[in-house]
Amino acid sequence: MSWVTDVHLAAVDMQNSARTQVTIDGNEAAAWVAHQTSEVIAIYPITPSSPMGEFSDQWSAESRPNIWGTVPQVVEMQSEGGAAGALHGALQTGALATTFTSSQGLLLMIPNMYKIAGELTPAVFHVAARSLAAQALSIFGDHQDVMAVRQTGFAMLSSGSVQEVMDFALIAQAASLESRIPFVHFFDGFRTSHETAKVERLEADDLRAMLEEEHMLAHRRRALTPDQPVIRGTAQNPDVYFQARETVNPYYLACPAIVENAMEKFSSLTGRRYRLFEYSGAPDAERVVIVMGSAGETVEETVSALNGSGEKAGVIRVRLYRPFSTEHLLTVLPKTVKRIAVLDRTKEPGSAGEPLYQDVLTALVERGGEMPRVVGGRYGLSSKEFTPAMVKAVFEQLAKERPRNHFTVGIRDDVTHTSLDYDAGFSVEDPKTVRCLFWGLGADGTVGANKNSIKIIGEDTENYAQGYFVYDSKKSGSVTVSHLRFGPKPIRAPYLISRASFVACHQFVFLERYDVLATAQQGAVFLLNSPYGPGEVWERLPARVRSQIIEKKLKFYVIDGDQVAREAGMGSRINTIMQTCFFAISGVLPRDEAIAAIKVSIEKTYGKRGEAVVRKNFAAVDAALDHLYAVSIPAVPAGADGLPSLAPAGAPAFYRDVLFPIISGNGDSHPVSLMPVDGTFPVGTARFEKRNISATAPIWDAELCIQCGKCVLVCPHSVIRAKILQQDQLQGSPDGFLAVKARWKEFPDRLYTLQVAAEDCTGCALCVAACPAKDKSNVKHRAINMEPREGLLEREQAWWDFFARIPETPREDVNHALVKDVQVLEPLFEFSGACAGCGETPYIKLLTQLFGDRTLIANATGCSSIYGGNLPTTPYCTNGGGRGPTWSNSLFEDNAEFGLGMRISLDKQEEFARELVGRMAKEIGAELAGAIVEADQSKEAGIEAQRARVAELIGKLDAMGTADAKRLRAIAGALVRKSVWIVGGDGWAYDIGYGGLDHVLASGRKVRILVLDTEVYSNTGGQMSKATPRAAIAKFASGGKPAGKKDLAMMAMQYGNVYVARIAMGANDTHTVKAFLEAEAHPGPAILIAYSHCIAHGYDMVYGLDQQKAAVQSGHWPLFRYNPALEAEGKNAFQLDSRAPTIALRKYAYNEGRYTMLAHSDPEAAARLLAEAEKDVAARWKLYEYLASRQTVTE
Amino acid sequence: MIDLSTEYLGMKLRSPIAASSGPLQKSLDNIRRMEDAGVAAVVMHSLFEEQLEVESEHLDAFLSGGAESFAESLSYFPDLTSYNIGPDGYLEHLRRAKETVKIPVIASLNGVSDGGWLDYARLIEETGVDALELNIYYLSTDIHVSGAEIERRHTELVRRMRQHVKIPLAVKLSSFFSSIPHMALELDQAGADSLVIFNRFYQPDFDLEELEVKPHLELSSPNELLLRLHWAAILYGRIQADIAITGGIHSAHDVLKAMMAGARAAMMTSCLLRHGISWAAVLERDLVAWMEEHEYSSIEQMQGSMSYGAAPDTTSFDRGNYMRVLSSYALRR
Repeated sequence: MSWVTDVHLAAVDMQNSARTQVTIDGNEAAAWVAHQTSEVIAIYPITPSSPMGEFSDQWSAESRPNIWGTVPQVVEMQSEGGAAGALHGALQTGALATTFTSSQGLLLMIPNMYKIAGELTPAVFHVAARSLAAQALSIFGDHQDVMAVRQTGFAMLSSGSVQEVMDFALIAQAASLESRIPFVHFFDGFRTSHETAKVERLEADDLRAMLEEEHMLAHRRRALTPDQPVIRGTAQNPDVYFQARETVNPYYLACPAIVENAMEKFSSLTGRRYRLFEYSGAPDAERVVIVMGSAGETVEETVSALNGSGEKAGVIRVRLYRPFSTEHLLTVLPKTVKRIAVLDRTKEPGSAGEPLYQDVLTALVERGGEMPRVVGGRYGLSSKEFTPAMVKAVFEQLAKERPRNHFTVGIRDDVTHTSLDYDAGFSVEDPKTVRCLFWGLGADGTVGANKNSIKIIGEDTENYAQGYFVYDSKKSGSVTVSHLRFGPKPIRAPYLISRASFVACHQFVFLERYDVLATAQQGAVFLLNSPYGPGEVWERLPARVRSQIIEKKLKFYVIDGDQVAREAGMGSRINTIMQTCFFAISGVLPRDEAIAAIKVSIEKTYGKRGEAVVRKNFAAVDAALDHLYAVSIPAVPAGADGLPSLAPAGAPAFYRDVLFPIISGNGDSHPVSLMPVDGTFPVGTARFEKRNISATAPIWDAELCIQCGKCVLVCPHSVIRAKILQQDQLQGSPDGFLAVKARWKEFPDRLYTLQVAAEDCTGCALCVAACPAKDKSNVKHRAINMEPREGLLEREQAWWDFFARIPETPREDVNHALVKDVQVLEPLFEFSGACAGCGETPYIKLLTQLFGDRTLIANATGCSSIYGGNLPTTPYCTNGGGRGPTWSNSLFEDNAEFGLGMRISLDKQEEFARELVGRMAKEIGAELAGAIVEADQSKEAGIEAQRARVAELIGKLDAMGTADAKRLRAIAGALVRKSVWIVGGDGWAYDIGYGGLDHVLASGRKVRILVLDTEVYSNTGGQMSKATPRAAIAKFASGGKPAGKKDLAMMAMQYGNVYVARIAMGANDTHTVKAFLEAEAHPGPAILIAYSHCIAHGYDMVYGLDQQKAAVQSGHWPLFRYNPALEAEGKNAFQLDSRAPTIALRKYAYNEGRYTMLAHSDPEAAARLLAEAEKDVAARWKLYEYLASRQTVTE
Repeated sequence: MIDLSTEYLGMKLRSPIAASSGPLQKSLDNIRRMEDAGVAAVVMHSLFEEQLEVESEHLDAFLSGGAESFAESLSYFPDLTSYNIGPDGYLEHLRRAKETVKIPVIASLNGVSDGGWLDYARLIEETGVDALELNIYYLSTDIHVSGAEIERRHTELVRRMRQHVKIPLAVKLSSFFSSIPHMALELDQAGADSLVIFNRFYQPDFDLEELEVKPHLELSSPNELLLRLHWAAILYGRIQADIAITGGIHSAHDVLKAMMAGARAAMMTSCLLRHGISWAAVLERDLVAWMEEHEYSSIEQMQGSMSYGAAPDTTSFDRGNYMRVLSSYALRR
């Protein structure tokens, strides 16, 4: 059965050493050294560097000491700017300090970086390099962020593999201490930070050997202390600033040699030799590529392969990028070189060339003499693949008589034609390296199992191993692809697998949607999780898959992993079952050894979670192989049917041509011309996606339904809709379409219908939890129930299509303050990729139902910007009139200011428009002009009337053609009331954006702020924010958050003119709706703080609404509204809208994992913190009661 | 000097007043206060086998939920060194309880399976507790499982447990058996050192507004003692195992009745929850006063004095009791 026996038996040239071989990712490698060589670690979460902070926090929480025997202090700050400030202070007072960051985080550190460098302060910033937000945000890897700090005075050291991350982290620390120059140690975000690889771990003795005590003591001696006071950080004037700035030159001149010496010393310790610039390739190479980061691995491997076939190519890997040592670069450059391509993983629009290219050019010009031809190229932005095929294309380009300069490689640029063509089929993979691809779902545990497999192979066999994992852009139903390589030689392939010797498909439905076998090489093994057994599966496969299996001569195995998982009590988690099959088929380990190793890894991974979990995983492993079958393959090809086109016929061209290929996994093929030039995308595209991720869907019982609208309100994905319709609107309805008499006394003759978009449902069942109508004869049956979709889907699709064509219920017919009526207001936010059962999205949906046609949304980075604006599709959409929310995300930290800017702009445009209307009253007509200027737009009807007037105005303006008419025409829309909603999570509102939020609240401007308070940084994986309640655990608060939750509402209230409401839809939906309406009506700033249950709270989100209720009943989340308008009426502005606590806080808290985890792990701390939290609740309630009972002072 | 001492599970207790398994025991301070109030032995709150399973499942579910799905949030919780899932927390509590008080500490294990249970029992024994009380909380909802089968499972469990641990073994059982004496005998022969009668059950209550079924447990009332007196009196002297009564002990009179029915210990929780731990001291004071007044010199003197075997007229324990109560009820109408 084995197809990799040769690997298993192969001799391994691994270095013989006493050091431990570990299989870890780049982040852990960096944190390993950083934590052990620091005393103060200031952190803030940002992808992809967050795990470095998380490791450090966890290790300190476990009291792991640094190499000097003391446990580093880890402090989470409110932003990266804050982290850099704290770090600066720590460094100035003599501590060894570090931080970890990426992208925008690094940008926020820039001011301090100048200071830290300017004061010659040793420190290392470990950076998982990532794209910058430009036309769009991207969390993936390139060098835009680090290139944006190359001017700060920091030294920059670039590592290109997991091993190098660990090694360079130490070299950087040693060199920084000696040189006094602070270092940015960077590596490629995701590609290196998240690649799992087998490395040799540096031990404490290595660290001690590299760091000279004297340099550390010197750093201590420079510390600020009142015992020997100095002042540092003065203001200097034209007379001396310049000279003072030049004083540091000797340190920068000395730095390269110091790094070189550190590398030498490191080499003598470990045998791994690095240089400031490393050349490899033919000694007499004529063509050389110069590159930094993980791409250096790819280029080196390719050069070696090219030279193997007779070429004379070379590569220089830049390790120390700043200070840039021309001398060292020139030393390694072969004298024979005629052509150089400098590859930059960044883009500087408008520059003479990207930075590394310019540096190399400068070096060569300064050298003088005969100049080789030097070209620059861009590659790999946002983790774009950079493969040997692309490297080959670059060398081929260099061979041309006139090689293209300022080229791009890896994309197709059909606009300015910068891109190089490449032969995608070219590969330099070692045939002895086994390459495995696994297609799974996030929810089925595939990635976790593969991470374990990599560890098993890396640590239990002599093989080298590498794992890299690709996720999609959705938080629910997301597809994962795991890329695993292992073999007898070190693996230097920082790119995805394009020729797999093993392909596993863990979900049968993927065969329809994706070309799963496209990468399978001839004779590869194909393992399929299939509900159909070996006798039946062949007929069930899509014809395309059958053809691929036959043509590629695949060995085909099936297992009904879902059945095995169900029987073992594993639910949908087929991870260990498929892992067992992988080991059994691959033969990388003898079967018994493999099973034993899997069990050990299960014990390691799940042991902490309790015996029951380990037992069921063991049972799954034991049962797996009995259900694994080889499938015999008929010899006759089946024909190919291609991938079905999922782009619905009615989808707009942009969806069909641009978005649909992205959904299908073909976005990499998009040429430049297909992409919008400024990051602008059409709305209303999520509706075409039809993700079909849930096996169940809510089914309506029309007879039982009381038409309360609660299911519609809470549905996080706007899958449930209701309409009130006229009898005749049922004409042409499909068979069985449900509509019953409307239970509105105002509409005695109308019908009511409720419909579900079954294909868009995520199966969260919040609707069922919210439904109050129970069957009196069978109370578990409600007016809406989750039922298997199978057999119902076709009917539901037809019903939904018909429903969508029924005209919307006229907005003016219903009362917008009633939940029952709100259900028929069209949501302009639908089918987002948020987690199933999300607690945030119902609020956003409600916002769009109430005011969507006139709303601008400024969205802070976070979950809401991801499910709101992560490609490929957007959930924001328009109504029948083509109006709807317009949405933008600026940054994480500036969202309040961003929204305020929108408000001021709109106000200014409105003011100017009114001025123009006044000026042009005669031409426009006095009556219309007067009506426009005087319009009362406080109600929706008034807004509609104004729209009609403005339409009339525009008609007139178009006919005029004067300069003023054109000016007014351009801004006439501003005469219709617009609403600016500033939306974001608690990480933004309580922490990084608080300063701005506070300023915006103080501005008095008419902005509305919606804080989706999940009490944790949800999007980056659950780190503590200042909204995190006392006694809950979170990342960076693994011992339980010791401080109480900040009362943002109270802080906002103290301005007096700000409308403030604390709401929880699950506890009181009417209150929520009322607060939205009041906020919208408020003439000044308004803020709604909305309790949002979250996956990071640790319970089944079907209970989200119950927990919202419990949060209110326990006093954790009192509901109130502070409405300054009431003061004008002589009333108390503060209205407490929930009752005094009726249940103990613990009754609420201990339903949630974030609290119970602490109760289990540290019962005493949990008891103490919960007792304090109970006091918080009591004290806050007392204060609120007092505020609510105050008599207002009336004159 | 009145001798209040009694022997239970082979241990000499300073009085028959013992704390039955209950939530107060979760605090070491409470256990200390129980000892101070004269409580002669304390049965700890239960280690619930299913609870451990459920906690383990839940922890796994929420640590896995949403993990490894989205590149920015590959997990949502810190990876703690230990979640203390499993019996460790309980075992540590037992150890510390033993260190805290001198009175016998009896662990309590509540479960139904014969798998994990035996392992837990051994771990409990290793903590140094004086005895183990098995609370076999088995509610059959399966229409195909017969009473005989359930009885067989009970005895089998006790037999295996007896082979597994050396410390004295008490078995707390429910009153829902067709033949309690026979069941008692079976358990006695299977190796139980004591039968603790009887368990009280959480029973579902209906919320008429929400149409939901909710678990419900009320503190015991003294009238629940009668059932227990009845069966203690019938069993006394007919099985080797000790008898302890739990459920409905609220006053010194209740303790006296329990002793006279043949119990070696009178265990209580509800009255300590209702009146506070110091109630045990009140109870002892009343007990001594009654015994002085009625010239009893020791507890031992009265143990079993009104049991089935010792009562002059056993019809009160038999069907005659039923007849008489019914007829008097008819008369009162």
